[in-house]
Amino acid sequence: MVDSAGLYRTVRLIRRFEQRAIELVGSGVIAGGIHPYLGEEAVAAGVCAALRDDDGITSTHRGHGHVLAKGADPARMLAELAGRTTGLNRGRGGSMHAADFSIGILGANAIVGAAAPIATGAAWAGRQAGTDRVVVTFFGDGAVSQGVLLESMNLAALWRVPVIFVCENNGFATTMRVEAAVAGTIPGRAAAFGIPASTVDGMDAEAVYAVASEAVARARAGDGPSFVECQTYRFDAHHTWEHKARPRYRTDEEVARGRERDPVDIQGARIPDGQRQRIDAEVEALLDEAVRFACAGPEPDPADALEYLYADGMRARPGVA
Amino acid sequence: MPILSYLKALGRALGDEMARDDTVCVFGEDIGVAVSNVTTGLLKRYGPERVVDMPISEQAFTSFATGAALAGRRPVIEFQIPALLFLVFEQIANQAHKFSLMTGGQARVPVTYLLPGSGSRVGWAGQHSDHPYSLFAHVGVKTVVPATPSDAYGLLVSAIRDDDPVIMFAPSGALGVREDVDFTRLAPVPLGVGRVHRPGTDVTVVAVGHLVHDALAVADQLADTISVEVFDPRSLYPFDWAGLAASLQKTGRLVVIDDSNRSCGIGAEILATAAEQMRLIAAPKRVTRPDGAVLPFARKLDIALQPSREQLLTAVQEVAKSG
Repeated sequence: MVDSAGLYRTVRLIRRFEQRAIELVGSGVIAGGIHPYLGEEAVAAGVCAALRDDDGITSTHRGHGHVLAKGADPARMLAELAGRTTGLNRGRGGSMHAADFSIGILGANAIVGAAAPIATGAAWAGRQAGTDRVVVTFFGDGAVSQGVLLESMNLAALWRVPVIFVCENNGFATTMRVEAAVAGTIPGRAAAFGIPASTVDGMDAEAVYAVASEAVARARAGDGPSFVECQTYRFDAHHTWEHKARPRYRTDEEVARGRERDPVDIQGARIPDGQRQRIDAEVEALLDEAVRFACAGPEPDPADALEYLYADGMRARPGVA
Repeated sequence: MPILSYLKALGRALGDEMARDDTVCVFGEDIGVAVSNVTTGLLKRYGPERVVDMPISEQAFTSFATGAALAGRRPVIEFQIPALLFLVFEQIANQAHKFSLMTGGQARVPVTYLLPGSGSRVGWAGQHSDHPYSLFAHVGVKTVVPATPSDAYGLLVSAIRDDDPVIMFAPSGALGVREDVDFTRLAPVPLGVGRVHRPGTDVTVVAVGHLVHDALAVADQLADTISVEVFDPRSLYPFDWAGLAASLQKTGRLVVIDDSNRSCGIGAEILATAAEQMRLIAAPKRVTRPDGAVLPFARKLDIALQPSREQLLTAVQEVAKSG
C-alpha cells in the first residue's frame, strides 16, 4: 500500500531542509557548503519508503535526502552540518559523511561510487548472519563508469547478494553531461552482469516506491541484486560554491524547463489540500526546532580533534612534541 | 621442541582465530587452493562461506570487506602481491581507516590486510617487489612487520582481534625463517611493543622485518669489537617509542635498517623522533632503499637497491666511532 501522505511528508521535509541548510551556508553556520538535493527528493523518499529500519543504505556527497528519508533526526542531521557535538557524527563527518548506524545508515561517502562495494559487503554479511536485511547503495550518473562500482555489481550478481543499486541520473556529473560521460546505457551496465534493471521517473515518488519495492522484495527473497535508474534533475547547484562561481554548463532556460516537473508538487497533488497544509506546517515546526537545536549545540573541543580516530581509543602522537 | 615455519605460523593463527570466533573470514585470490601457502586446509575446515575466493577485483573486495566488517564480520584479506596495495590505497587509507573518526565513533572496521611475501622476491621485477609499509604508517593505519614465526603468529592474532584496520607485512625475506617453538606457548603479541632480540651497549640497530636477521648476523660479526643491541619494533604504527628510548638511553648511538625508499620511509621517522626526543651522542644513520626505488629485474640490480648487511656493518662501525 502506497502511503501518499507519508511520501509527501518526506519529499517536503527534504525540500525544506535543504532550503534551510542553504540559508545556513549563506549565514556561515554551515562551513564549506553543501551539495543540495533539491529536485531529487522523490528518489530518496520512494526508495527508503520500501525499506525497514534494520535495512541499510549507503549514501553520497549529495546525501541529505537519503539520510532524512531513512529516518535520521533532522535536528541531529542539521547539527552535524553545523559541526556540533550534538550532530549525528558528533561533528566529525559533516554533510558528506552523515551516518546513523542505529538505523542502518552506513555513511554518506565523498568518493564517487566508493560506497557500492561497502554496501555489497554489508549486505553479504547480513545474509551470512542469517538475517533477511537488504542494503541500498545510492550513487549518481557520474559513478557508472567507476571501476569499483562495476566490480561490485559483478560480485553482487555472482553471489546473489541482497543489495540494490540505485542510480540517481540527474543528467550531470558536476558539470559534465551524462551524454558526454557514458558510453552505452546506464541500465545496460546492469544487464552485462545479468542484474535486472529498470528505469523509472525519478520525479515521481510513488513510481520510485513501486520499483524499489519490487527490488527489495526480490533481494529479501534471496533472488539477488537489482539495479534501478531514477531519471531526475538537479534543480540547484552541484555545490553551493556554484552560487558564487556561476560556472556555465547549463542555461537558465534549461533549468527552468527541468524545474517544471517538481517532485514535491507531483506528490502534493495526490493528497487533499488540508492534509498537505497540515504536513507543511508540521515540517516547518520540525525544522524551526531543528535549526534551534543545531545552533544551540556545543562546538567540539579542539583538544578532542583526534578523538574516535581509532575504535579502540588509541591516541595518535600530537603534531608537535 | 617442534619447528614452526613462518608460513605455518600465519596459517595456524588464521585457523586458531577462525575456530575461536565464527565472524572471522578470509578473502583473497586463489586462497581456496592456498597458492601463497598461508590458507592451506582452511577451505576444507571452514567452507566457502568463510574462505571466500575472490575474482580479480581488488578494489571491490577490499571495500567489500569494510562493508562486511561494518556488519559484524572480521575479515582477513590476503593479497598475493604487495603492489596491489597501490590499487587499494583508496579503499584502505581513505575508506576503512577513516570510518571510525568520520562517523564520530559509530563505526568500527576490524579488517586485517595480510601481505605474505612483501618486498623483493628476486626476479619478480618492478611491479611485484614493493615494500610499502611506510605509506600505511604514514596515513595512520596500524602496521605490523613481524620478523619471526612466533611474532607472525602473535601479531596476526592481535591484528584479527583489533577493532581497527591492521595491515601485516610478512616479508618474503622472512618466510623461510623457522623457529623452535613450544606450540602451547604461542600467544598474541600486542601491537606497539618492540622486542630486543639481542642486548648490547654500544649501538642500537633498529631493524624492520626480515632485516632483523641481517642485523643479528652483523651483530655477531662485530661481537668482538662493538656491542650491538638489535631492536625489532615489530609494529611500525603504533611504534614502541618508549622501548627505543630505553635502548638509546643505554647506547646513545643509532642505526636503522629499513627496506623502504629513503625519503619519508619509516627509517626517517625513527631518526627524526630519536633526534628530537631521545639520547643520542653521535649522529645516527639509516640504511634504506634509495629514493624512489623501482626494483629492476636483473638479479644483481634488484639486490643492489636493497639494504644490505655490508651497508649495515659499515654504518654501525661509523656510528660507533663518531661523536
